[in-house]
Amino acid sequence: MKTASRLEKILESGTFAVTSECGPPRGADPQVIREKGELLKGSVDAINVTDNQTSVVRMSSIAACVILKEMGFEPIVQMTTRDRNRIALQSDLLGAAALGMNNLLCLSGDHQSFGDHPTSKNVYDIDSIQLIQTVHRMREEGKFINGEEIKTPPKFFIGAAANPFADPFAIRVPRLAKKAAAGVDFVQTQCIYNMDKFREWMKGIVDRGLHEKVKILAGVTPMKSVGMARYMKKSVPGMDVPDEIIQRLKDAGKGNAAKEGVKMCVEQMQELREMEGVAGVHIMAIEWEEKVPEMVKDAGLLPRPEG
Amino acid sequence: MIIGHRKPLEEILQMVEPFDKIALIGCKGCVAVCAAGGEKEVGILASALRLARKKDGREIEIKEVTLERQCDPEYIEEIEGFVHDYQAVLSIACGVGVQYMAERYKEIPALPGLNTDFMGGSEEQGVWVEKCQGCGNCVLHLTGGICPITRCSKSLLNGPCGGSSGGMCEINPEIACGWQLIVDRLESLGLLEKVYEQIMPYKDWTTSRDGGPRKIVREDMRE
Amino acid sequence: MDYPPNVKIIRIPCTGKVDALYLLKALEDGVDGVYAAGCEEGDCHFLVGNIRAKKRVGYVKSILKDLGINPGRVEMYNMSAADGPRFVQVAREFTARIKALGPSPVKTGKGSEPTEEVPEHAPESEGGEAAKQEERPAGGEPAQPAA
Repeated sequence: MKTASRLEKILESGTFAVTSECGPPRGADPQVIREKGELLKGSVDAINVTDNQTSVVRMSSIAACVILKEMGFEPIVQMTTRDRNRIALQSDLLGAAALGMNNLLCLSGDHQSFGDHPTSKNVYDIDSIQLIQTVHRMREEGKFINGEEIKTPPKFFIGAAANPFADPFAIRVPRLAKKAAAGVDFVQTQCIYNMDKFREWMKGIVDRGLHEKVKILAGVTPMKSVGMARYMKKSVPGMDVPDEIIQRLKDAGKGNAAKEGVKMCVEQMQELREMEGVAGVHIMAIEWEEKVPEMVKDAGLLPRPEG
Repeated sequence: MIIGHRKPLEEILQMVEPFDKIALIGCKGCVAVCAAGGEKEVGILASALRLARKKDGREIEIKEVTLERQCDPEYIEEIEGFVHDYQAVLSIACGVGVQYMAERYKEIPALPGLNTDFMGGSEEQGVWVEKCQGCGNCVLHLTGGICPITRCSKSLLNGPCGGSSGGMCEINPEIACGWQLIVDRLESLGLLEKVYEQIMPYKDWTTSRDGGPRKIVREDMRE
Repeated sequence: MDYPPNVKIIRIPCTGKVDALYLLKALEDGVDGVYAAGCEEGDCHFLVGNIRAKKRVGYVKSILKDLGINPGRVEMYNMSAADGPRFVQVAREFTARIKALGPSPVKTGKGSEPTEEVPEHAPESEGGEAAKQEERPAGGEPAQPAA
């Protein structure tokens, strides 16, 4: 074990892992996080907290993770390189570790033009791969970016995002190889709807043996409605929603689309569980956290291992 | 070249509002090529300002001059003979020119008529695009001749991010994904496999604006 | 051929020669409106002279709007060099438009005017269609007047 992470322990044991995420509130009320956490109790192994997702100002990921930790969860701190330079990033890494955080997901972050402060300046002093390298070097060599020794180095189980559906497809596998070389321990993928394309990507990963170096958690998001499916297809960059998905939701008939969406997600998790190289699922139930326990149960993934 | 475009007329009119006699100074350098601050634009802007003032029953006298360049003290000197007869200089050079005016003629306000945008070139007649950010430490030999600092919206050195879709950037469907271009180019050079998986190291930004205002000294040329 | 006497014609070889500055200068010199009359689109002897003119007229319109001057005071019209009646019709149309707008604020110094462009209502010409036909000149009037 490289870290004190419970997620690492579960993944190392070969258990099919289940993670989910919480979007923190746009306010200072800790109760919002506690309520979201409450919904996920007993159903997941670790919970991501997004870092100003879509560039909208929200409660800090580290702070919300601490609240979840107090509730007994294993939080995954998300950190983007959009808002902090290497000084602030390393400072926050030290702080997060001091507060008992064991997992860190390295991201470049959505461009600020999408968010609620589009007139802001971005940072991008370093990118997500360099952040992986930074966190890895801190853990393995006990050194800052400048090469200086860290007295008590933070030891994070290092995560990253992977989008099997973004372009150019030719470098989607090499890109994961690059993250692996930088020192990533696990990746959580973009929401998968196109299973054929995902399977093709996974094959490329397995062919290169990357799944042995990096634990792959396949991302899923249940569709709530036909409208949501259409929106994701049309308006979310890097999202691949095949027409069959939309058709199936439509065929479910009025009032039944949400139920069908959940059912599809459960089937998908069962399929992913059998897929070679897939180490777990990451459920992103966007503002629909209450559905997670039901889905995990129906997918036959309960009970979760004891911490 | 440096690409700029005229400030909104309303903003320029507000700037010149206190004055009745101004020198409008263009530049025959970059901004003339990008049709923002050359001789022709001096004429059009002067005419527009006069129209605006006449319309309000308050005339303005405008001296129209276009210098060879405004980024060189020797050319700035050319207006010494008359500039003191004017209450303000409205420069439609890039921000460099405006500052040269301000430094040289300390008692005369120097007003910017342009917004200076970027270093770039023409894409087609009437279209200019950004190509370089002047980071002071070029990596084009590593990225297939396409600048990741400039052409990737996030300046990722190890891109692309997950927002690259159909060759376009997530922030605007009209902006090409810089990393798609880099990957395509490396592929056509037969370098993709060799180069792509090498992790580009942390960038040293001291040579960029982050190191403070920059200066190049060539001792061999100094007098 | 009878067209309103207030239209002063400036001949240029092609509307491609029309510069934004010509239009602005005309307004500065006190005209109430100025239009470029070019060949029909696709019929330019220099291929795209009239298309370029149209864009420049559009640019000047945008400047006028920003200045608080009605952009309808400049316009681009297309007509065949042989089509005298069309020339007369445009001259009348534009004159009517400018009359409706009133004297240029540049001349009166009375400040900004509304910058909404009024949609064109072609005024009924006095002799009707037949009279116009009779007015067709044999030799042809200048086809590219610019003011």
